[in-house]
Amino acid sequence: MASTPARIDQSRIRNFSIIAHIDHGKSTLSDRILELTGAVDARLMRAQYLDSMDIERERGITIKAQNVRVNFRDHILHLIDTPGHVDFGYEVSRSLAACEGAVLLVDASQGIQAQTLANCYQALENNLEIIAVLNKIDLPAADPERCAAEIEQVLGLAAEDVLHISAKTGEGVPELLQAIIDRFPAPTGDPDAPLQALIFDSAYDQYRGVVSSLRIVTGTLDSTAKLRFLQARQDHEIEEVGIRTPDMVPVKSLGPGEVGYLIAGIKDVRAARSGETVTTAIHPAESPLDGYLDPKPMVFCGIYPIDGDDLPVLRDSLDKLKLNDASVTFEPESSHALGFGFRCGFLGLLHMEIVRERLEREFNLAVIATAPSVSYRAYLTDGSLLSVDNPTELPDPSRLDRIDEPMLKITILSPAEFTGTIMELCQARRAELQRMDYLSPTRVEMAYTIPMAEVVLDFFDALKSRTKGYASLDYEQTGYVTSNLVRVDILINGESVDAFSTIVHRSQAEFYGRRMAERLKELIPRQMFDVPIQAAIGGRVISRETVKAKRKDVLAKCYGGDITRKRKLLEKQKEGKKKMKSIGRVEVPQEAFVAALRLED
Amino acid sequence: MAPREYGIYIHIPFCRQRCDYCAFVTSTEHDDLIDRYVDACVAQLLRERRESDGIPATVFFGGGTPSRLSGDQVRRIVDACGAEATSEVTLECNPEDLTALTVHEFAAAGINRLSIGVQSTQPNVLKSLGRRSPENVLEGIEQALHASDLRSWNLDLIYGAAGESDADFAATVESVLAMAVRPPHLSAYGLSVEPGTPIARDPLRHPNEDHQADRYEWLDSRLVRAGYRFEEISSWSLPGHECRHNNLYWSGGDYLAIGTAAHGHRDGRRYWNTASIERYITAIETGASPVAGEETLTSDERWFESATLALRTARGVPWEWLDHAGLRALESRGPFVVHRGGRAVLTVQGRLFANRVAQFLRPFVRDGSCSL
Repeated sequence: MASTPARIDQSRIRNFSIIAHIDHGKSTLSDRILELTGAVDARLMRAQYLDSMDIERERGITIKAQNVRVNFRDHILHLIDTPGHVDFGYEVSRSLAACEGAVLLVDASQGIQAQTLANCYQALENNLEIIAVLNKIDLPAADPERCAAEIEQVLGLAAEDVLHISAKTGEGVPELLQAIIDRFPAPTGDPDAPLQALIFDSAYDQYRGVVSSLRIVTGTLDSTAKLRFLQARQDHEIEEVGIRTPDMVPVKSLGPGEVGYLIAGIKDVRAARSGETVTTAIHPAESPLDGYLDPKPMVFCGIYPIDGDDLPVLRDSLDKLKLNDASVTFEPESSHALGFGFRCGFLGLLHMEIVRERLEREFNLAVIATAPSVSYRAYLTDGSLLSVDNPTELPDPSRLDRIDEPMLKITILSPAEFTGTIMELCQARRAELQRMDYLSPTRVEMAYTIPMAEVVLDFFDALKSRTKGYASLDYEQTGYVTSNLVRVDILINGESVDAFSTIVHRSQAEFYGRRMAERLKELIPRQMFDVPIQAAIGGRVISRETVKAKRKDVLAKCYGGDITRKRKLLEKQKEGKKKMKSIGRVEVPQEAFVAALRLED
Repeated sequence: MAPREYGIYIHIPFCRQRCDYCAFVTSTEHDDLIDRYVDACVAQLLRERRESDGIPATVFFGGGTPSRLSGDQVRRIVDACGAEATSEVTLECNPEDLTALTVHEFAAAGINRLSIGVQSTQPNVLKSLGRRSPENVLEGIEQALHASDLRSWNLDLIYGAAGESDADFAATVESVLAMAVRPPHLSAYGLSVEPGTPIARDPLRHPNEDHQADRYEWLDSRLVRAGYRFEEISSWSLPGHECRHNNLYWSGGDYLAIGTAAHGHRDGRRYWNTASIERYITAIETGASPVAGEETLTSDERWFESATLALRTARGVPWEWLDHAGLRALESRGPFVVHRGGRAVLTVQGRLFANRVAQFLRPFVRDGSCSL
């Protein structure tokens, strides 16, 4: 069944990825390359061929790294499609590590964006060759000269070497492919050395188990070999080795520089993570490849089924999701207000949103997520350290020595006209300006340090809306600093409601408390008695609202025709009481909690 | 065995103008069907009234606007009901339709009780309800009734419309109590938002619960001071003028459903006729059944239904049928019930929360005989 020749001439291989900002046309370019090289019949072409998840196609983003082998003018080109979002920065770095070159694709009407820049720097650090390409030159708003000058200024790539293409019409794409052959180096690797192969992506297929994408660095991967995973310290039998054209085609072996897929009877992507080094069990390589990281979740939230009966389905769905996404973490937690659910960890906000959306769509679950939280470090008076990613776990202020919060270094690229509004936003979010550079007279790059907690709430949205969508953002974690943080609890009739507890900077405690109390006042139905809603720090109340006691129920007349209706109403009310959550004596419909948290988004 | 007392409800679904709060089946566009509709009601009565039923205790023309019928049309229906002088025969009417002449005609047709939908005397309130506001409406009623020997009649009021002040409501009530002949029976309803009505679509016109509660408390004390007695949550009457027909509803009595969208009850079976005027007429004309839906109550449901209905009235329920400890835990403005002759009767506070109090009925204490 295997069909490819045993050994491929390395000098005819080019491995590259495309670095691009969202909407700058990466998927369209990939599609065009597939079409032009005959890998996919033009008649069967569907938009964004490589983005296989519904969410990827809809949002126009790439979440999982994909790869495809195409043939062009006697050369084998491996296109390694990388995730475009900063949440998946580690996956990007592994994809880049599998390449010798990177195509920097920039929308000629918008110019280079923060994340693209960050990924590009990463590619340069990995010693990758870069070909800068301006896309969408067919658009009237395109300003290729300005963009090329900017690229030269920022990245030091000569403006005259920048290619001009239209991925939409295909103009300039053959020239790009030729430039990839001419300018990117061929891989070098000793085919007879012990095997070192880099896994840069793994996905779970319900019929075949884990399918990993990998790049052979040295040695030869023979389909009959027994494999050893150096970081996971596990051995596996190969079921199938192959290449994607993009259809999966089994081969007998893969030599140095080649990119392909591996199926080895693995049931869980955690056992074949991005960055894993694969070697053989018989002649193992002495050391793994550089750069392996176990990505740590940065953002946490509680996820609860809206219908408590769905709890087992939620657990099952998270398990399945994790098969495909090793970076999601979850453990059971319970909330008085929301019942049983899971504390989940994510790489970032987008990652969290995607997981929530996949739960709702692919698993048909209605879920509610609590406000996102970061992981704090609480130093207690007894000298111990507690890692807190759920506000309710924060000890009482009297037992706290100090709290440290995680910081980010963010880089914002924006048209210069928005500088003022960006500075305003950053100041309001406790950010400190580190650096500000004009990339060109009209474009500015600003670097800040900012508490991560300020970013996870709605920083992206605020930035986008203040800059009409023109600013872009990149971030990296820079450690922890001590901060004046407090936990604000929300009490309904004296009882704390865990789902609303949050850790905020002291200066924002009143604002959060007042807003939440006001919101709950609107959402909690009137009871038979006055219900105070309080926001408190420790035992001290910082804000108070009251839901006034109900005065009446129904005062309409009861006609002959109303009797049936009336009886059904009363029967329903009896039933309805069972569905209420009781916070002490206060009966609150679950919808009210859900609505309060929704508004928090 | 003497036949059970029963009533007849006749729905007259025609209106000149639809009020913005009304969710009853009515039409402003089918006046050409009135004759055929009356024929259909008569035909249905002749078909469904059984010989053994005897004379109806009550007949009630509800609507819609039954006063849109002519005296002759009313008479044909009353005759088909087999009503006698002993029967209470009520007709709902709009004040604009009442003149000395129409009152005389209705009386001649066998009507011995009128229920007049005044709702309010204040133009801003009537406008908020989507009703026209006739000039000097109460004087008009006095003049129309002056020459008649109609002994019993009712005025309908609505409170809690958006824009209505305490003073507006007090003005309406005081002018009613100052009439030369006071209405022997008063109904006052808290405006409720019924789905599908223009008011439901306009949150600015939704009633304020606190204002309604204030007005109810004030109204009850004012009427009691004027000599009226609480009959049911939304009804007060001078002694001897309780509405027999309504009391039939509230005591689980039987009543025939005549006309479109009318509801009927016979011995635990509740049923209702089609809500389409045309379909109703066609059904009757072709000998088909006009019934669109029905349910037969289980004995538990019957018990719960009669208990909740009785709870709303001055009769109340047997004292031990309520979980008094549970109730007391919720009382913040005084007790919900008082003990009267072995029965629990709602106080004003209890009436404001009648639905809530009904949740404390204890089915396990009933003895199966429904001894209300």
